[in-house]
Amino acid sequence: MNGVTSKQLIGFGIFLLAIFVGVPIVIAATGRWDFYFTLTSVALLSIASAGVWLTFYIGRINIGQGAFALIGAYVSAILVAKAGVSFWISLLVAGLFAAVVSVLIGLPILRLRGVYFAMITLVLTQVVTLVALALPITNGAKGITSIPLPGGISLLGLQILPPFDSMADTKLAFYIMASILMVLTYLALWRLVNSRLGHICRSMQQNEELASSIGVNIAYIRIIIFAISSFFGGIGGALFGSISQSVYPSSFQVTDSVNFMLNCFLGGLGYVFGPMLGTLTLYFGWDLLFTLGKYQLLVYSVLLILVIRFLPNGLLSLRLGKLGKGGGK
Amino acid sequence: MEQVLANGIYLGAQYAMIALGLTLIFALMNVLNFAHGQMYVIGGFVTYTIYGQLGLPYIVALLASCVTLAVLGALIERFLFAPVIKGSAREESTMLLAAGIAFLLDALILLIFGEKQRGVPKIVNGVLNWDFRIIMPYDRILICGLAIFSIVAFIAFMQFSRTGRALRALAQDRTAAQLMGVNVDRYSTIGFALGAMLAGLVGGLLVTITGINLGMGGPTSIKAFMMVMIGGAGVISGAIAGGFILGFMEAIGLAVLSQYGDITYLVIFISLMIFLAIRPQGLMGKPWG
Repeated sequence: MNGVTSKQLIGFGIFLLAIFVGVPIVIAATGRWDFYFTLTSVALLSIASAGVWLTFYIGRINIGQGAFALIGAYVSAILVAKAGVSFWISLLVAGLFAAVVSVLIGLPILRLRGVYFAMITLVLTQVVTLVALALPITNGAKGITSIPLPGGISLLGLQILPPFDSMADTKLAFYIMASILMVLTYLALWRLVNSRLGHICRSMQQNEELASSIGVNIAYIRIIIFAISSFFGGIGGALFGSISQSVYPSSFQVTDSVNFMLNCFLGGLGYVFGPMLGTLTLYFGWDLLFTLGKYQLLVYSVLLILVIRFLPNGLLSLRLGKLGKGGGK
Repeated sequence: MEQVLANGIYLGAQYAMIALGLTLIFALMNVLNFAHGQMYVIGGFVTYTIYGQLGLPYIVALLASCVTLAVLGALIERFLFAPVIKGSAREESTMLLAAGIAFLLDALILLIFGEKQRGVPKIVNGVLNWDFRIIMPYDRILICGLAIFSIVAFIAFMQFSRTGRALRALAQDRTAAQLMGVNVDRYSTIGFALGAMLAGLVGGLLVTITGINLGMGGPTSIKAFMMVMIGGAGVISGAIAGGFILGFMEAIGLAVLSQYGDITYLVIFISLMIFLAIRPQGLMGKPWG
């Protein structure tokens, strides 16, 4: 990769060590096994949030990621539970299917900007929920339940990964799987942002007409970006379906779409790792406040408002380090 | 057929009022107020408390709803939106704030009023029955009349009063209005309070018919967004048109499509997306709002 400083590499190494070694040790020491589920959710939700962040990167406010996450969850669930396809293949198909759908929908709606795009993507989430309720293959409001756990992967008779139901600790397996996918997603995102395509995206974020006038095919680029974004959404949704072993039309709703957007805002829109931090803060914060009972939502929303009131440009604007800064170095 | 039209007018009048408040706030501050539905719910609960619980006259309760929301709106604008708009690098940050306020209001409603569905006694009894062609309870007719009256009063206020003129100038061009000596900060607060007040007024009107509960906020916001999109964001006449169009679509859809199951809203959503693909700025909006 171009332009990686040793400081960034060390930071990345510490990060990997923390999530793959540090977290299991801490959890084993404290005995809070439920944190595995929380952290797995954080990992897969931040995959979907990464997609939202990418659409922000071309200057579009995307409140429709819940729609693509739901599509991904259903595609994977139907393939695994009804057609008996391996989960790993269904994961890829779910992402690709969400991407194809996003291209078809994106062709007309990506012409919209600002609040118009924001509002229509919000409506899109509602459309997908209603479609899931109406179609026969999605089983209506009852949803698809008891989805089998992911099977193993074997290549040329060599077993690379054992089936999940044969493992002693499924929670840990899911955690490791979601974390690996999350790391891969953010590496891809980081690579994309620092590539030629990333520079083009930044030019579009500032002024589409100007970008177009110097020969950028803006219609093509924004479709590509929206498709990648929805691919992440589909993957995140499919993982969610597999971990909770069930998918309902209410699995991803308008609230979830709004939350994906909030994750990006909270982490900071100018930073690649912003959505990851935002997801961790929002989801973990919500979980930790559970002990407050009925005051949970009150405290949570007050904290959220205080953060945005005093750090309107996101948590990472505190400059916790230069790692992951989206702009030029 | 007459029944469907009557239902359409009834639904359209209340929808138009919800959309008016949202579009006013958007036009003035470029803020997409996610908390609009929650403001509507609070308005309903205030009327429920004063008219349903304390037994005071309905008109007092309605006024209390308006005042509560106007004060709440003014406070939210003065202490939250105004500083955030000044301090943030991207104006979309206000969406995060609006969503946070929506959560906060939800939490407050839950703590103060509880999660139960609440209703109030009917304000007038009896049902209008015109030859079995239009059947409509009198209270619905009264509410519909009040809603249309409020819309007319609002338009008159915006057209002919000094405040209304300042607000329109602000919506058209903030800087130019400031140069002409309009106190921008003060009128932003007034405008936000007015938008919130409209939400509270609809809540107070509709609690007499549909009742009110905590879960009504989110769906109301989504419907309001749709109406604003149909008519064009930030345009007063567009919001009214959008409200009536959605009202009629819902009334006609429920009458025609009910045999195919519960797909009215699916059809409305899909036709809205097709419509926006052809005309992104809505019926009367400025391109790129």
